[in-house]
Amino acid sequence: MNNSLLIVLIASGVAYGTPLLYAALGELLAERSGVLNLGVEGMMLVGAVMGFWTVQHVHANAGIALAAAVVVAGLVGAALSAIHAFLVITLRASQIVSGLALTIFAGAVGLSSYLGNDLNLSGAPATHTFSAVFPASMQRWPVIGPIVFGQNVLVYISWGCVVGIWLYLSRTRPGLNVRAVGESPAAADTMGINVTRYRYVHTLVGGAFAGVAGATITLAITPQWVDGITGGAGWIAIALVIFAFWRPELCLVGAYFFGALQALAPQLQARHISLGPTVLWTNALPYVMTIVVLVIVSSGTARSRLGAPAALGNPYAREER
Amino acid sequence: MRITFERRLRQPRWLSVAVPVGSVVFAFFLAGLVLLATGHNPLSTYRQLFDAAFLQTGSLTQTLISATPLAFTGLAAAAAFRMKLFNIGAEGQLYMGAIFGAAAGLYLGGTGSSSPFVIAAMVVTGCVGGTLWALIPGVLKAFFKTNEILTSLLLNYVAALVLTYLIFQSQSYWRETKGFNASVFPVGKQLPPSAVWPSWTIHIQGGVTVPLGAVLAVLAAVVLWVLYARTRFGFEARVLGDSERAARYAGVRVRRKILAVMALSGAIAGLGGASQVGDFAHSIDGDPNGLQKLGYGYTGIVIAALARYNPFAVVVVAFLIGGLENAGNTLQGVDFPAGLVGVIQGIILFSALGGEVLIRHRVRIVRTKKRAAAAGAEPAS
Repeated sequence: MNNSLLIVLIASGVAYGTPLLYAALGELLAERSGVLNLGVEGMMLVGAVMGFWTVQHVHANAGIALAAAVVVAGLVGAALSAIHAFLVITLRASQIVSGLALTIFAGAVGLSSYLGNDLNLSGAPATHTFSAVFPASMQRWPVIGPIVFGQNVLVYISWGCVVGIWLYLSRTRPGLNVRAVGESPAAADTMGINVTRYRYVHTLVGGAFAGVAGATITLAITPQWVDGITGGAGWIAIALVIFAFWRPELCLVGAYFFGALQALAPQLQARHISLGPTVLWTNALPYVMTIVVLVIVSSGTARSRLGAPAALGNPYAREER
Repeated sequence: MRITFERRLRQPRWLSVAVPVGSVVFAFFLAGLVLLATGHNPLSTYRQLFDAAFLQTGSLTQTLISATPLAFTGLAAAAAFRMKLFNIGAEGQLYMGAIFGAAAGLYLGGTGSSSPFVIAAMVVTGCVGGTLWALIPGVLKAFFKTNEILTSLLLNYVAALVLTYLIFQSQSYWRETKGFNASVFPVGKQLPPSAVWPSWTIHIQGGVTVPLGAVLAVLAAVVLWVLYARTRFGFEARVLGDSERAARYAGVRVRRKILAVMALSGAIAGLGGASQVGDFAHSIDGDPNGLQKLGYGYTGIVIAALARYNPFAVVVVAFLIGGLENAGNTLQGVDFPAGLVGVIQGIILFSALGGEVLIRHRVRIVRTKKRAAAAGAEPAS
């Protein structure tokens, strides 16, 4: 029963969806403070390459090496988002163009590829990888075995992050302040909230999440380095934030749905199921479905309940309001 | 002491040239730091770069091969970004132009020298291919207000999958099925001789080959400049870019304009794809490590931004960045890791963006008398 297509798809949907979830949560934090960061794909790739590098070069036991890798990936993600933060918050440059610049700078033909080549990372598999936490006997339990107990520690941490971010945004003073900054920076400023500081902090933390999302791919899902390994996951994550109406708990649902779509192609191939040009449509499905859901969300009646932060994408200049 | 930005009432002309030039210089300085940090000598790397791009025999021919598609994608981005319509899909639109253009060439071409009729057909079908692909995000934006950045970008991945599928995973019309080589490794069908685009040789540097595509790119730049600087269409598009409300009030039909500009942008990118097939590749390149790895569409965005969306500047910048790309391909190896060119381009774009602030704002350093003034201005809480 645990080998049925549906169960396997849900279980691998959770696994494949985890990088999407981390990246979407990070983007959600930045966007809630009013900063749109289109550099997710680039930050994920550099996080992926540097996380992989750390695991190959830290000679310690698996636990320490993997923890170090996640920390390094988070730090490089934050460092990259600092460039974006400086350009759009301090210099008030266009958030769209700056985010694109970040993806071009760090992305598949930029810094991540440079580092991967210069550090000779391609070809070898990862020395340590994240594997399932719970004993094999628990993973054999029907249905919940593979789905709930068959996952690695990053999946469980991501659940903690969803709950944490939900509590933060709805139940804490700083969380409410972030929302104020994202909705109306002028009003927040009048209330004595430091708009610039809130935006910097959340953009940097968002970048760290994107870096960790990248490391999740190279250390848990496909433990190796190839140029452009994320394959557009960063962009799907940005779209996810829109589908999720900027709410962390809905990010989780969306991430697993798109994770399952990504898992469909290898599963169908493994089971020799084909339907027309199977390779083409199964590989294209995550991208096409992202577009379809975007259209549904952005059109008609759903639009009035969107929940986008009102000041998203606008720079804030106290003297120009 | 505090640094403030004041909006300039008038933007001086010289700044719009000085700032992009300064950004490039600054970018090479920063990229030099990256090189130093990873144990390379920036000065010798840059000298090699410049030689390989512009000075060595045959280098200008190679630079034009990289610069031609970049001019098209740069113009495509400039046409749309001018109206603040962020078409990030030039990459996919270029693939579609290549697929459509190649189909026309394969179908109509025959023996003999280049035929104007076949080439004209390839130009038109290339434009049509790019336009159709661009109209997907265009229609979604115009009728459903769907974010065109995400849709046009995600379609790049779909177009890349289609390109690979046609050559590697199917027995399509574009794939070579006869011959020994084709049975070893999947390749695209070669264009018949009359569908190959002509080129001209200029006798400098031991002969520089100018492809037809480069000439078409310059023509496209002229058309685009006239359209945006001298016609009602361009004026309305610019107004719409600055303020949608003002445009609506002035009677601009917003939906129609979005569709038209998206179609125009896609057509230029598609023409770039047709030129890629007709001028250089002469077949469809479905290899994920081939055309798809070059990222012409994304580099086009860097070019458009650096050129500040001016079509003529796009052509010049495309030539320079084309030199950089060409040198990157030539030098790629231990001293010159792949990806460096992308890093330099990213930094150029960052610096250009930062520089934009200098064009729009006057930066002033305000000296404030410390505590006393601050305490006097704010009532104690």
